[in-house]
Amino acid sequence: MKQWKERIMHVVFLLFACASICAVVLICLFLFANGVPAIGKIGVFDFLLGTTWRPGNDIYGIFPMIIGSIYVTAGAIIFGVPIGLLTAVFMARFCPKPLYKVLKPAVNLLAGIPSIVYGFFGLVVIVPAFQQLFGTNGKGVLTASVLLGIMILPTIISVAESSIRAVPESYYEGSLALGATRERSMFRAVLPAAKSGIMSGIILGIGRAIGETMAVCMIAGNQPVIPGSVLDGVRTLTANIVIELGYAQGLHREALIATGVVLFVFILIINLLFSIMKRRKSA
Amino acid sequence: MKQQQKRSLKAQILSYKRHPGSFVVFLLLCLATLLTAGTFILLLAHIIINGIPNLSLDLFSFEYTSDNASMMPAIINTLSVTLLSLLVAVPVGIFSAIYLTEYARRGNKFVSLVRITAETLSGIPSIVYGLFGYLMFNIWMGVGYSLISGVLTMAIMILPLIMRTTEEAILAVPDLYREGSFGLGAGRLRTVFSVVLPAAVPGILAGVILGIGRIVGETAALMFTAGTATEIATGLGDSGRTLSVHMYMLLNEGLHMNEAHATAVVLLVLVVGINALSAFVAKRIGKRGMA
Repeated sequence: MKQWKERIMHVVFLLFACASICAVVLICLFLFANGVPAIGKIGVFDFLLGTTWRPGNDIYGIFPMIIGSIYVTAGAIIFGVPIGLLTAVFMARFCPKPLYKVLKPAVNLLAGIPSIVYGFFGLVVIVPAFQQLFGTNGKGVLTASVLLGIMILPTIISVAESSIRAVPESYYEGSLALGATRERSMFRAVLPAAKSGIMSGIILGIGRAIGETMAVCMIAGNQPVIPGSVLDGVRTLTANIVIELGYAQGLHREALIATGVVLFVFILIINLLFSIMKRRKSA
Repeated sequence: MKQQQKRSLKAQILSYKRHPGSFVVFLLLCLATLLTAGTFILLLAHIIINGIPNLSLDLFSFEYTSDNASMMPAIINTLSVTLLSLLVAVPVGIFSAIYLTEYARRGNKFVSLVRITAETLSGIPSIVYGLFGYLMFNIWMGVGYSLISGVLTMAIMILPLIMRTTEEAILAVPDLYREGSFGLGAGRLRTVFSVVLPAAVPGILAGVILGIGRIVGETAALMFTAGTATEIATGLGDSGRTLSVHMYMLLNEGLHMNEAHATAVVLLVLVVGINALSAFVAKRIGKRGMA
């Protein structure tokens, strides 16, 4: 009797462990089965490299959105990574303890704020500020980059900080003993040793920025054209889905699902990079 | 002690005089931290200062009308989506974690496959979850915009989080406990449920609370699954907007900016409170583990 119970529960646990595998398989299945035929119908090149998105005329080219996603993600990296990295160095080595006790929870809370609240903040604070500053409508690549930069800060800070702390103390001390200043020791001895950890933090941030939806679609302007300057409006892959899926029909809807497929493939590539990075770190 | 600090400060200043480059780097570090902290304070202050004056009792009435964009139905929907999602995700997550930690052999191919898929799941953006839920539950299963569709989507979304935190909590239980239990003649199953899991409860709880925070803050995935209906959803087949979706709709319509300010405060306080609670619970285990 007891033996049986053990065996049954063993199988039950095993079945539950399959849940995440099933979920990934289902997600791939449904996305690809619904999206790939549309790409076939539109034509791979017309879909991926077409520069016109006009659902009314059945023209579906998502190249502007791909470029848009890449632009705002690159912008987020430009704003977020240097500030995040410097903050992490400060927190790991130069921060007085009482200040650290405030900063650390603050960074954690920053990570937990929902993206819709960030979007709201962008809409009521950053957009009006940029309107004043540049005399445009305030929505565009730059606005989205700044907000996304803020949003990936907590990811970058916490991953970078923990990988800096994982570097043996002797690296820092050895460098100090050779006569280097504290700052030089940090940047020349400790940071290079923490490089792979920091890189994986950055990749995680890229994943977050490229997949971000609600915040971006509220402040990016959403014109489906390739932006000519950093002040121009831009539409990302994610925003394209959110804005139009609600009312899309027929091929239009399938094209939006195909947009999701492209986004999904981007994310899978980034995940792959991340796990390669992690494996290299543990090796 | 103070004397020493003073001297080291003096030495530091001297060193900076000799290496002005290092001083510039130090200033940059301070500046970056100030920027981070400043942004955080600006965000919190702006939302709280502009939101609290807009809070009124009317916003908590149980009926949503076009004159009074009450958030109460959305709050209730958020509660039901959260509870039901946990009901699905927590057992599945805990059971998978039990298998991974207590049953599977180390270095098993199956285990690494589960790990890789869980990692993949945690990297998928919420809009892709929304798209998937919409395609599978709303259309393929034909349930349309409904609570059940939102709940199942959310359950898949927080599954990797629950799995990972439970795994960590179970791994943190000392082997001594297991050996003691086996020594007393208990089987594996009994050891897991009466010894290992109770010891891991605080860690699991911290993960569950984090999951709650994610569901409450989720917008994109719920918009296309649970839908945007303004009423309280009374059955699994009813559509209902959660608080985050409610806020997005208010901003999108642009007619109720004051209400949106008020909703932002409620949402922020809820999510920040939930995350702080999780950190608090997690810290308590750390302390207990040391004692």
